[in-house]
Amino acid sequence: MRVPGSADNLNVEAWRRLLIDMLRIRRFEERCVELYSATEIRGFLHLSIGEEACAVGVMQALGPEDAIVSTYREHGHALARGLSMRSVMAELEGKVDGCSGGRGGSMHLFDVGARFYGGNAIVAGGLPLAVGLALADHLTGRQRVTACFFGDGAVAEGEFHESMNLAALWHLPVLFCCENNLYAMGTSLSLTESETDLSLKAAAYRMPSWEVDGMDVVAVARAAREAAVGVRSGGGPHFLELRTYRFRAHSMYDPDRYRSKEEIEGWRHRDPITLLGDLMRGSGGLDDGALEAIERDIAGEIDDAVAFAAASAIEPVEDLERFLTTIEAER
Amino acid sequence: MSSCTYREAVREAIRQAMLADERVFCMGEDIGHYGGCYAVTMGLLEEFGPERIRDTPLSESAFVGAGIGAALGGMRPIVEVMTVNFSLLALDQILNNAATLRYMSGGQLSVPLVIRMATGAGRQVAAQHSHSLEGWYAHIPGLRVLAPATIEDARGMLQPALDDPDPVIIFEHAGLYNDKGDLPDERGAVAIEGAVVRREGQDVTLVAYGGTVRVALGAAEELAAAGVSTEVVDLRCLRPLDSATVAGSVTKTHRVVVLDEGWRTGSLSAEVSSRISEDCFYDLDAPVARVCTAEVPIPYAKHLEDAALPQVADVVTAVHRLGG
Repeated sequence: MRVPGSADNLNVEAWRRLLIDMLRIRRFEERCVELYSATEIRGFLHLSIGEEACAVGVMQALGPEDAIVSTYREHGHALARGLSMRSVMAELEGKVDGCSGGRGGSMHLFDVGARFYGGNAIVAGGLPLAVGLALADHLTGRQRVTACFFGDGAVAEGEFHESMNLAALWHLPVLFCCENNLYAMGTSLSLTESETDLSLKAAAYRMPSWEVDGMDVVAVARAAREAAVGVRSGGGPHFLELRTYRFRAHSMYDPDRYRSKEEIEGWRHRDPITLLGDLMRGSGGLDDGALEAIERDIAGEIDDAVAFAAASAIEPVEDLERFLTTIEAER
Repeated sequence: MSSCTYREAVREAIRQAMLADERVFCMGEDIGHYGGCYAVTMGLLEEFGPERIRDTPLSESAFVGAGIGAALGGMRPIVEVMTVNFSLLALDQILNNAATLRYMSGGQLSVPLVIRMATGAGRQVAAQHSHSLEGWYAHIPGLRVLAPATIEDARGMLQPALDDPDPVIIFEHAGLYNDKGDLPDERGAVAIEGAVVRREGQDVTLVAYGGTVRVALGAAEELAAAGVSTEVVDLRCLRPLDSATVAGSVTKTHRVVVLDEGWRTGSLSAEVSSRISEDCFYDLDAPVARVCTAEVPIPYAKHLEDAALPQVADVVTAVHRLGG
């Protein structure tokens, strides 16, 4: 374990980009809450408000050739990866122009062009897929990274341990990104894990592992860049434990009885967007006018996405069995 | 024509596929240095090396899932799961990922993965190594499920399974590996859909798959001696199921017995039986009969195991009960 050095070249413009990307996720998800209340969005809706620095910080370290495997809390990952707000919003509304054609919804966003291999709604279910994507790169000699997001709940699953072992054993180019928000749904890590220092679990698989302040997007970005370089240059899998917190409940169904108001408020003081905004103001890289302009642009983008989703068609029922298999699809 | 075993036929199919396409590789437990639990992959490590013949840890979920991921990444993996009993440890990956990704992604993703596994009883290895769960997998939309019962199918089904852009599960009955037979020199691919009539007859139809095909053929021999002309249909592909070939036979013979080494309740035989009722009820001269494995965990003692499994005598008795 060590804290990555500052071998990056993050400058004011890079900070501005990080701020915009985090704000896009925050405002998008806030609009999702409204649309959920208006019953435009249904099913499960897991928000990452509070955790934006993880998605944004990691994603900026990846190139278009790299792959991403995500979880059911994935709107942030998808937007930070470059999926359009239009395609994500249309998916949340179950429309045919959604990034999964309305088949997946909030938990299953896919975009093969962006190498975004989707949200997996089985906790830890995505880890073996990431190992396999990396294995394909290894076997073909491609210098690519597969970033695999999962939460602290996943470390209790056998698939976590099996996948960590396999990736390390075969020296595969996986960047494991554990978003530790301290709760597996409503049960705290301390109630479910004998060892709550998760980076130690990675160390047990002889994997370079770093604990990172997941509320500090600059720290996440630095760590992710260094780890991605290590993975890409043949250093085998790396593990980032991103210590973060979700400000909202687990899902729209969750009454959030298991956390105290004081605890939540305490974390809100470490809001990743506020932290970066303060940093930028301190260095003269942001003022009220600039922030308002950013907010205005984002609001316009969201309005456009909502209008696009509303206008998008639903898939004809005749297509119910389409895409089941290639052969059945051709019938 | 040349003679080989079922095991050698599978091995030759893997070899040819690996020689023909660099994207093809194998992984599974003990497939390399040990030579394969059933010796199917014996010698392949020496021929192709450890990058393409990958021994895995005992992590069924991870290496089956890694097969799915590698398929997403453009490879053509052949994953061997030692037996169907162990595949339950990977069921999450097979059901929730392999079978769903194309559909759930709106057709964007393709999982060209082949999973091979041994199935079936008859070797006194008791209740955790003997079950036939093919019917469970045949229940799942998004999968193709194959049960090669002959050496020709064992040799010929692999390549088209690899060519299929969707996940294919191949069940090899462990009791068949030592079977010997002739392979035609033109040992090309065979269709991976459709049932076939293995023996033609007029009086009764036996529907079987995998390990029960030879039971059905044995029963047909005995019945012939008793003057009953028996048709044997080998399902070959358990999903999608070829109802038309079954119905075609039943329409001719008007009597049918469905064999299944799985348990009767909720089994593949139940599905076949139901489809016969749906498709050709008015052609039946007697109710559909079934011969399945007794509804117990497979016991170790030989006399009990034999009693639990579908035997030739059980099939002959079932046919005689149909009358006519």
